[in-house]
Amino acid sequence: MLLELKNIYKNYIQGNMDVPVLKNINLSIEEGEYVAIMGPSGSGKSTLMNIIGCIDKPTAGTYFLDGQEINTLKDRELSFVRNKQIGFVFQTFNLMPRQTALDNVGLPLQYAKVPKKERKRMCLEALDLVGLSDRVSFKPTQLSGGQKQRVAIARAMVNQPKILLADEPTGALDSKSGIQVMDLFRELHERGTTIIMITHSDEIASYADRMVKIIDGELIMGDEEASGQEVQDE
Amino acid sequence: MIENIRLSFQGIWAHKMRSFLTMLGIIIGIAAIIAIVSTIKGTSEQIKDNLVGTSTNVVKVELYQGDWGYKSGDSSGGNTLPVFNDSLKDEILDLDEVTAVASYRLGSLYSGAMYGDNAVNNTTFVGVDEDYFSVMGYSVKKGRLFTEHDRKNHNKFIILDSVAADTLFAGEKDYIGKTVIIKNDAYVVIGVVEQQDSFSPKVENLNDWYTYYYNDASGKYFVTDDIWPMLFGFDEPYNVVVKPRSTEDMTKAGRKTADILNNYIGANNNANNNDGNEDESMGSSLKYRSEDLLEKAKALQEVSASTSKQLIWIASISLIVGGIGVMNIMLVSVTERTREIGLKKALGARKGVILAQFLTEAAVLTSLGGMIGVGAGIGLAYIISDVAKTPVAISGAAIVVSVVFSMVIGIVFGFIPSVKAANLNPIDALRYE
Ligand SMILES: Nc1ncnc2c1ncn2[C@@H]1O[C@H](COP(=O)(O)OP(=O)(O)O)[C@@H](O)[C@H]1O
Ligand SMILES: [Mg+2]
Repeated sequence: MLLELKNIYKNYIQGNMDVPVLKNINLSIEEGEYVAIMGPSGSGKSTLMNIIGCIDKPTAGTYFLDGQEINTLKDRELSFVRNKQIGFVFQTFNLMPRQTALDNVGLPLQYAKVPKKERKRMCLEALDLVGLSDRVSFKPTQLSGGQKQRVAIARAMVNQPKILLADEPTGALDSKSGIQVMDLFRELHERGTTIIMITHSDEIASYADRMVKIIDGELIMGDEEASGQEVQDE
Repeated sequence: MIENIRLSFQGIWAHKMRSFLTMLGIIIGIAAIIAIVSTIKGTSEQIKDNLVGTSTNVVKVELYQGDWGYKSGDSSGGNTLPVFNDSLKDEILDLDEVTAVASYRLGSLYSGAMYGDNAVNNTTFVGVDEDYFSVMGYSVKKGRLFTEHDRKNHNKFIILDSVAADTLFAGEKDYIGKTVIIKNDAYVVIGVVEQQDSFSPKVENLNDWYTYYYNDASGKYFVTDDIWPMLFGFDEPYNVVVKPRSTEDMTKAGRKTADILNNYIGANNNANNNDGNEDESMGSSLKYRSEDLLEKAKALQEVSASTSKQLIWIASISLIVGGIGVMNIMLVSVTERTREIGLKKALGARKGVILAQFLTEAAVLTSLGGMIGVGAGIGLAYIISDVAKTPVAISGAAIVVSVVFSMVIGIVFGFIPSVKAANLNPIDALRYE
């Protein structure tokens, strides 16, 4: 099992109220899977994804990633996991506005202390993979939405992580660019990358092998894994 | 690191106006410090230079009444003024520390001197012996010096220094042998002398400064001490100037000379013997005292050093204010870039990376301010030098210290904002609007 979430809860404190956002989530994903997470707005999809991506911490529960219990990791080790194991793609791209495509893609390598020359080679390779070899020294403002998202994907993949996390990657794109991104995902999946993707669109979700639904913070399995686990309150 | 520095410059350039305003406190503080240090160092070096570096190093031993310079015409001392003789000079010359000795008398006349229609008021007269010009480092510029013959015959001859010559004969060149009227008497100009090096405009102590700018504005008129009584009805005291063997001997040479002279007037006076140079006040009793140039120079250097220390404290306040400005702008910058910080953390940047990035930015900002400040300070020092006629000495150490210190200010005041940035929770930062 590549990742395993057990009895995950997430509460936000709002004023003096404890607002539960994730309620007893149990989810296992194997290496090489392509999973779509669906659900209405505000149901807790992004919150779940951020926990999977190790940039947020659950209020309760345990999370194993590649055999490591994430809850016990120190800040430094968490950074290492984020850098090496996980690639993040956001709905709004989140590129550094003043840096070129090449420099944006190079950020994770910089944090991994990859030497400059090697870094450039890997970045060019990643940009080639997403079909942007001719936009290497463009800045985000000089790129279209679809191109920006492909730079972001190159950045997510440059360190060759096992898992690609994408939070509504096509949400801000026109349908043609969206399909380009999906083709790219399929290619990455075929190379063995595990992909977890949040989407609102059934069409986009159909690219995935498996679909899970979150409604009001509770996970509803889309296939045989769905089980009769009772929802427990703490 | 180089990447961080490059990014810092990018950031500073992207907010040119803001960065400049932030740096202003640092710029002003550093500029003030550099200007102060350069000016003070220049003055201090000049003091030392004048003392140690010129051949005209002499010690004057002058008559004092109590704590004050003896004023002629004072009846209480009038009868006891010693008359100098050659054996007294020989005694001084016998001192190990002394290589030459001369005596002189000083006086000033309000009525001054007149040549043709040109009258110069308030002139300084020096009655000199045969050694005075050589001891004081004067050389003949035109004409000649006094001879033994001039003295014996009580010739009414006069020698001018170049300031006096320029003032009295404004423009006229051929004035040797011309007649000058002083106190309704005619004196013949036989020579013009000039002090070697750039001795005269330099300042050895506050008295000299005063002398140069006020008393000597119209120059000096020299006569032999043999005809001195014709010019000044009342007695002016004899003063002595000695040339020490070396700069280190200045203090001793002065003191021992004063001792000899005080013994002499003590015997004449039948007064209690005094050892010359103690500072105890002797009421109205007369006493020779050596001016101690070394001490005076040291005191002067100390005064300038302590003044500069105070000024530097004041300038430091500007640096602290500048530092707070940097802290403020760094806090703003951290807030502005919260999302960027969140993204970097999501991509795997460790705390140290974020910390280093912001610390570098603060340090680059203040170092740049420091460098601009150094440039402005040097400029300022030269402007001050131009206006106040003080010398400038740029101190390399001060420049290095200033730039390093500005960098330290950036690191110190950038620390809190940088830690704040480094400790941001990645998801909170990413979601920040
Ligand atoms: N930092 C936060 N503080 C308080 N409430 C939050 C915070 N982040 C998310 N929430 C709440 O958690 C719920 C789930 O949010 P999210 O996971 O972003 O939903 P989704 O991605 O499914 O639209 C929402 O109701 C949202 O308001
Ligand atoms: Mg969301």
